[in-house]
This record gives sequence, C-alpha cells and structure tokens, in this order.
Amino acid sequence: MDSRPRPPAQRGAARAAWLFLLPVLVGFGLFYLYPAARGLWWSFTDYSLLAEPEFTGTQNYAELVGDAQFWNALKVTALYVVLNIGSQTLLALVLAALMHRLTRSVMVRAMLLVPWLVPNVTVGLLWLWLLDADLGFVNHLISSLGGESTAYFASPTWALPTVALVNTWAYTGYTALLLYAGMLQTPGYLYESAAIDGAGETRTFFTVTLPLLRPVLALVLVTSMIGSFQIFDTVAVTTEGGPVNVTKVIYFYIYQKAFHQFEMGYAAAAGVALVAILGALVYVQLRLLKASSSDLG
Amino acid sequence: MTLRRFLHKHPGRLAAWAFLGIAIVATVFPFYWMIRTALTPAGDLYTDSTGLWPDHPTLINFSRVLGFLDVAEAQAAGGSGARIDFIRYLMNSVIYSTLVAAVQTFCCAMAGYALARLRFRGRDLMFTVIVGALMVPPIFTLLPNFALVKNLGLLNTMAGLAAPTLLMTPFAVFFLRQFFLSIPAAVEEAAVIDGAGRWMIFWRVVLPMTRGPLITIAMTTAVWSWKDFLWPLLVGPKEQTRTLTAALGIFLQQSPNTRPDWTGLMAASTLSIVPVLLLLVFFGRRLIDSLNFTGIK
Repeated sequence: MDSRPRPPAQRGAARAAWLFLLPVLVGFGLFYLYPAARGLWWSFTDYSLLAEPEFTGTQNYAELVGDAQFWNALKVTALYVVLNIGSQTLLALVLAALMHRLTRSVMVRAMLLVPWLVPNVTVGLLWLWLLDADLGFVNHLISSLGGESTAYFASPTWALPTVALVNTWAYTGYTALLLYAGMLQTPGYLYESAAIDGAGETRTFFTVTLPLLRPVLALVLVTSMIGSFQIFDTVAVTTEGGPVNVTKVIYFYIYQKAFHQFEMGYAAAAGVALVAILGALVYVQLRLLKASSSDLG
Repeated sequence: MTLRRFLHKHPGRLAAWAFLGIAIVATVFPFYWMIRTALTPAGDLYTDSTGLWPDHPTLINFSRVLGFLDVAEAQAAGGSGARIDFIRYLMNSVIYSTLVAAVQTFCCAMAGYALARLRFRGRDLMFTVIVGALMVPPIFTLLPNFALVKNLGLLNTMAGLAAPTLLMTPFAVFFLRQFFLSIPAAVEEAAVIDGAGRWMIFWRVVLPMTRGPLITIAMTTAVWSWKDFLWPLLVGPKEQTRTLTAALGIFLQQSPNTRPDWTGLMAASTLSIVPVLLLLVFFGRRLIDSLNFTGIK
C-alpha cells in the first residue's frame, strides 16, 4: 500500500484531519482540558470566586483528611451505591431473563424504558408526592393494608434506602434492556441442547445464560456504578442531604462547598479525591472484567 | 389449548408472567398517578386523593403552570403566587436539547471520522486523551466551567448554557469513531479514485452510510440535555434561559413546605415527560435497538 504513489487526497489527509477535528478540539480544550487543569490548580488554593485564588499548598487536602463531613459523605455514597446497584442489578437480571425467555415484545421494553427517559428531577418530585406522609398514594396503600404511614424522605432511617430505591425504580428497566441485549448474543443452540438434556429454566439460567452474560454484566456493572456514584439530582430534589446528613452524598457535599459556602478550592480538592476514587474503582473493575471473559471465548 | 389448561400445565410460566406484569405496572403506574393528580382541582386534594380517577377532573392546573392564567386566577386555583411560565421553560428545554444534539453530533461525526479514517501524527494519543476524559466526573470540570461562563458574562444566556456540550462530549466522539471504523475502506477508496475530496467523501458517502448511529447519538444527546439539571440550574436560572428541569426544582422550592402545590407540580412534571414520550412513540424501536450497542462495546 505504501509503495504505491499516494493519491492526492491521501497527501492532504493530515491537513484535512486537523480541519475535521477543529471544532471538537476547541470544545475539548476549552471545556475539558482547561477546566481540569484549573480545577487541579484550585485544589491547592484558597478561592471564593470573588478574589483571585491564593496558593495554600496542600492545606485543602490536609483539611479534607480530617473533615468528618467528607468521610461521612463518602460513607453515605458507598452505602447508597451498594443499595442501589445491588437491588437494581438483581432486579434487572431477573427481568432480562424473563423477557429473554418469554417475549420479544417491543411494547414491553418501551414501557420499561420510560423512567430512564424522564428527568431525575421529575422522578424525584413524583416519588416525593407518592411517598407524601399525608396524601401520598404509597402511604394510602400501606395504611389500607394496616401499616403505618411514614414520611420516608424525612426519616433518618429510611431516607437513604428510599433515595436508593427510587433510583433503582428509575434505572432498572434500562439496565434490564442492556442485559437483555447481552442475552440475545447467546447462541440459540445452547438452549436447545440444554432442553434436550432435560435442564429446567432455572438450571438453564445458571448454567447457560449467566456464565455467558458475565462480560456484559461486568461492563454494565462498571458503567452503572460510575453513574450511581454521581447521584445528585434525586437528593437535591427530595432530601437536600437531610435529615441530619444521612443522604448527603459526595456530589451534594461538593456542590454545597462550592455554591453555598463558596469554598471553590476546597470543593476542587474534594473533586480530585472523587476522581481518584472513581479511577481506582474503574481500574479494579476492569481488572476483574478481564479475568472474567466469556466462557464462549 | 385453552388458557386455563396452559396455565395449569405451566405454573412457572404463570409466575414469570406475573412478575413481569408487576414490574410493568410498578413502572407505569406512578406516571398514571402523576397525570391523575395533575387533573385534580387543588382544592379537592385533601378529600379526593385515593380514587383511580379524580371526582372533578380539570385542566386548570395545566393552564396555570403554562402561564395562561393571571396571578390572581392562578392563586385561586392553588398556585403560590410566584410567576410560573412553563411554556417558556418547555421552549427553552427544547431549544437547548435540539441545539446541543444537532451541533454536537455533527462536530463529533467529523472528529470521529478523522480519528477513524485519516492518518496523521498523534492520532492515537489524541483519541486516548479524549476517551480518558470519560473517567473524569462531570462535577470536577463543572466548577471551573461555571467560573469561565460567569467571567465571560454568559450566565443566563443560551450560549453559556450550551457551551460546554455544544461542540463535543468524549462519549459521542468515541461512539461515532467506533462506527466509522466499521465502514469498509473500499467504499472510500472508490470515491478517492473518482477524485472526490475528503470533505465530499465525508459529506456524500460516509455520513449517509452512518445515518443510523448518527440519529442514535443525536437522540441520546437530546435526552441527556433534556434531563440535565445542575448545570442549567447554576448557569441559567433566570426566566429567559430557565430549562424545564431547573424550573421544576425552583417551583418546588417556591412551593410552601408544609403544603406543597402538588397538583401544579404534577402538571408541570407531566409536561416534562411529554416530549420524551413522543420520542418513544416515534423512535421507540430505534431507541430500544440502540441500547444494544450504546451500553455494550
């Protein structure tokens, strides 16, 4: 190929490439690279948006290590992620398997996808209303079954699980469709031979479907976990971090530091910590992903 | 075989369908309840909050959140007296989502094409850096981006609102590059021999061939922008740029804590899902099929 005289278009390729890339490079430079560098710089400064940033060395980081609120935010986020991803993945897996074996209906899939298409703010408002202690439908339902009406978002015990389950509601359908798409890649003959061998549905799921889904499942877990870590909207609408900080997740903590207390430098340092944590998480998960390539090869 | 005999013979299938049915009801019912509440007169809420259909269905909640009533009339119908004008917020959201989806898809298609198809020095490094940005949580770049937009005097302008996502997101570049990689090189080579320039090849040959993925990424981007909450809330809270999600958040805050304006809030929430439902009705199959490759690979 290279020994042939290059056509004129090939020679101009490099110049053409830069022209094609120009808008994206401008956008990337201005709104990704520059702010990333700036955020990193801020994390070493005292900065309130009003005066110029003032270099303070590693003071923000030192404070962060001793900041009980910061550790609380991490703990809350971790708990949230476990509750949310745990319930969501399990439910989605069951739903995907059921769809896979029962129906190819686009209508069913479309309905399951609706909550994912709706803004999180709407989801938050909707559940705030459904779970309203006086008039909410869910509480009506619970009282009519003899239970006690509870202000779930205002309860220190229930607030975090409630937020986690609300987002499980919002994202299970989407996750199920991703897993379902993965299941469709499993060759049909495996099911036929499983049926010939007399394996029941449950057995087939655990010996055929699940092992072959592993790489897809791992990838879906990585992406949904990254998303879950960044929960903000639902908390901002329903609990605003309360009651007594039980739902103050890391995103909300950073947001408050930056835009309520105007401690931009400190917020940036917490942001750097978040980048590091997510990076480590992704690294570990990708390692596990590599170790678990599909049995189909 | 009658239904009865079928169910008798396959109790497992019955349970499976039941589970799927419950999942669908649990997914869709909250939206039904949202609309049911929106159709209830505010004054009736305390006496009429359990039935499946309101005793006196009305559209007044929609007309007041859309700003069709004057303040006194709106207040009489349950409003808090604060000015709300959802027709405007709806328009702002539509403009924001459409603008970002159209421009971003086009710019990222150009870049994706160059990164997949044109040879130049530093190409692979550039691609790695752009994909690496996927790992950076948005809040980290959000703080400096806010400062940048503020310093440029672009707060509460459509330009400031759209700026960070207008030209690119790393995901869109990544996604489209993968697609351009899969186009057979022979097609382009034929065009090159015909003497067509790079731009003509891209415009006349490559773009038409990737219509599917282009529509997919444009729709995904539109949905993301539509759902976006924190950025529009920070950058464009004023009337002229307030998006629907930001407006919902502000509406909730203006609503009295002790007695939120649920009928108004649910009417406004309903508005936030209408365009998304339209998208599902018109592009449902494409949107659902797209999950086969957006989430995986």
